[in-house]
Amino acid sequence: MSNEELKAFVSKIIPEAVFEEGGQYLNVIVDAVLVRKLLEELRHESTTGFDFLFCLSGVDWKTHFFVVYHLESKHNKHIIVIKAKVNREEPVCPTVSDIWRTAELHEREVFDLFGVKFTDHPDLRRLFLDDTWGFPLRKDYVDDTTIVSL
Amino acid sequence: MNLFETESSKLVESEEDFVVNIGPQHPSTHGVLHLKIKLEGETVKDVEPHLGYIHRSIEKMSEAGNYRQFSYLTSRMDYLSSHMNNQACAIAVEKAIQVEVPKRAQVIRILMAELTRLASHQLWWGAMGLDIGAVTPFFISFRDRESILEIFEDTCGTRLTMNYNVPGGVMLDLHPNFQKRVRELLPILKKNLKEYDDLLTGNVIFEERTKGVGVISGADALSYGCSGPVARASGVSCDIRKWHPYDGYEEVKFNEIIETAGDCFARYKVRMLEMWESISIVEQLIDNIPEGEFQAKTKNVLKPAKGEWFVRVETARGELGVYLISDGTANPYRVKFRSPNFSNLSALKHMAVGGKIGDLVAIMATLDLVIPDIDR
Amino acid sequence: MLEFSGVTGGIHNWLSAHFGETGTMLMEMLIAGVVILLGMILMSFTLGYMERKVAAFMQLRLGPNRVGFKGTLQIIADTLKLLFKESFAPGTSDKLLFNLAPFIVVVVTMLSIAPLPIDPALQLFDINIGVFYVSSVTSISVIGILVAGWSSNNKYSLLGAMRSGAQIVSYELSAGISLVVIVAFAGSMKFSDIVLSQADAWWIFKGHIPALIAFVIFIIAGTAELNRAPFDMAEAESELTGGFHTEYPGMRFAMFLLAEYVNLFILAGIGATLFLGGWMPFHLWDLEGFNHVMDYIPPVVWFFGKTFFLIFVIMWFRWTFPRLRIDQLLTLEWKYLMPISLVNLILVALVVIMGWHF
Repeated sequence: MSNEELKAFVSKIIPEAVFEEGGQYLNVIVDAVLVRKLLEELRHESTTGFDFLFCLSGVDWKTHFFVVYHLESKHNKHIIVIKAKVNREEPVCPTVSDIWRTAELHEREVFDLFGVKFTDHPDLRRLFLDDTWGFPLRKDYVDDTTIVSL
Repeated sequence: MNLFETESSKLVESEEDFVVNIGPQHPSTHGVLHLKIKLEGETVKDVEPHLGYIHRSIEKMSEAGNYRQFSYLTSRMDYLSSHMNNQACAIAVEKAIQVEVPKRAQVIRILMAELTRLASHQLWWGAMGLDIGAVTPFFISFRDRESILEIFEDTCGTRLTMNYNVPGGVMLDLHPNFQKRVRELLPILKKNLKEYDDLLTGNVIFEERTKGVGVISGADALSYGCSGPVARASGVSCDIRKWHPYDGYEEVKFNEIIETAGDCFARYKVRMLEMWESISIVEQLIDNIPEGEFQAKTKNVLKPAKGEWFVRVETARGELGVYLISDGTANPYRVKFRSPNFSNLSALKHMAVGGKIGDLVAIMATLDLVIPDIDR
Repeated sequence: MLEFSGVTGGIHNWLSAHFGETGTMLMEMLIAGVVILLGMILMSFTLGYMERKVAAFMQLRLGPNRVGFKGTLQIIADTLKLLFKESFAPGTSDKLLFNLAPFIVVVVTMLSIAPLPIDPALQLFDINIGVFYVSSVTSISVIGILVAGWSSNNKYSLLGAMRSGAQIVSYELSAGISLVVIVAFAGSMKFSDIVLSQADAWWIFKGHIPALIAFVIFIIAGTAELNRAPFDMAEAESELTGGFHTEYPGMRFAMFLLAEYVNLFILAGIGATLFLGGWMPFHLWDLEGFNHVMDYIPPVVWFFGKTFFLIFVIMWFRWTFPRLRIDQLLTLEWKYLMPISLVNLILVALVVIMGWHF
């Protein structure tokens, strides 16, 4: 499917979706509460068939978080990028670990480094750090002992 | 972090569960990986990896440096394919500052990448033999790997973490002896690769240990995010060099090796045949290195426009992704590394449950994990 | 040439003249004990050196070559190092059993050296149930291994000991049946009788098919009994970092090692005695001239030559083959080697009754 067709498909499911222009791939910005519905449709609908989640990242934009899903379809040969807008004060996002099994570890990583809680995740524990650590990849993370600002 | 407290674990459900720790210091985990295994006799009932023993906050450190500096940290991620890691970072920055890499630099990058892939697979073969119990392959594979590392040392100055790729091309031109040494090395490598097959591939005991062990289907491999030889052994075509070519790979003739069995032996065969393909790529290019610049002109301080770029590169272990977000300043806003070993590790539980401990070791040997890549 | 009967006879006569019956017996036991101890130590040094050199040459490297002439003193240096290490037991281990286990293994080894015929005059204990004695005494070593694994209070050791116990107990059956094949041919369990019965040719030639099958099965089962590769699951380094002897430091570990090497020697010695003629030179039935030439080589040289040849073959296995998984190991024994051995036994009974051997 071309980018235009994908845009139409996404708008039909989530009319409030916003499309970013000028990127390498088609970027879609959706609110976190709606993102699971969109991702389920993108996975199971045969014309889109995004069966490969090749990257799940978190980005801190100071006023909000983005949980970025990079999806690829091996059969239909297209790529789409979904960005879920997550509230900064209470960062909650639905899990997709039952749709793509790789999300289980990736979501744990985002939880560990950013503090975004994924609802219905089978095993949401911290991955690299221990429970007393803060959330290091946030832009307002302060650690006077170990981080030296240049 | 208090290292002496037991970490939280979902594994132990009752007093009678027999839980064994493999690692973090263990001869066969290829790094500091801590696996908690629940056993019933010899059968593995559950596997739980505990990570973070070598977490060095590479992503956070990349935000502190500038666009030239963060690739130096990536050599230490998957240190066996360090050249490809640097290549991914360099291509990401080149996309950001919109500079074109000269032809000579592209061909040099491909040559170095394929030699790195060869060296990495040779180490994997030696370590695989060691894990399965045959000690001799280790020495033989290191003998061949040495010759490749010496060629790297001539040109790049170091043997393992080469840091040879910079945004715009490569840092220095090739050493004058490079072509001659590689040309002399290729026939020797071809002869020695046949020895590998004699020693391990046809051995009955080896086949019994690896055939039918650790099977994962193609759909499961995709769902777990596996890439590289792990996915290709389950029938999934995913070589980034073929699907989204970069740096001139579209002009090089090579085959993508795909097997369908999805077991340890299939993963083994895929890597063995990939070594032959790498040799063929080097043969095609070694006599046709174009003349010209080895590095495009770039400004001293790189300040790309606002935007984000995702670069995918095929390392020896799978698909490495670099997700670069810039906000217009001289430091990257966010760099995320999609590491192949992270996703390959998540498939370990699926493959190992129901088998024996010996199978777990064989599966880990064929997954070819490099733990610093998982922890970053 | 090298005749030991003069020496041993002379010592016996001198002792009887000076000490009387019981005194002579006690003194001879003392001398034999000291000689065996020294022999065991020397043998394990030699085999340790041989193993490292053989491994090195097969792996394109040199092996020990600095300490002493061509590295011969390396093993002595290693043993001295092990001697000086602090020899402690882990706090939570069962102290009595932990300390006892190495001794069980070493004692069993010493007991099984006794009936080996090195020379017509150099056989320590020519009991009339020689083969039976050896095969029953070597079974006791399982207890030593299980005790070691259990008392270490360590999950890895326990796993290793369990595996090892299962393996040894299974493979003893096939090894035992192979030995019975030769006993059936020779008609006696006494070691000296078996060696003398090979005066015209070795059993591996005289007994053709059944003896050859028994020999191959004996070598395989013997390698498995010794916990050597490709059957070394019990101490698989890349899985269990040492198996049942993980927790043993210093000299106690050295005792396990000593026992392993001397067991290797004993196994190869028994194989050489039963199948390859022991100290009997290479005779070929009625070829008088050839036999006479072969007789010039002393029996001691024949025995050690054959034994070291078998040891070399067993070491060759270790550095070539990968390891079998524990269930594959047990499958090999119970589903393949055991039925073949039993069929072979019936075959040998038939051959002996009908007189179809040479």
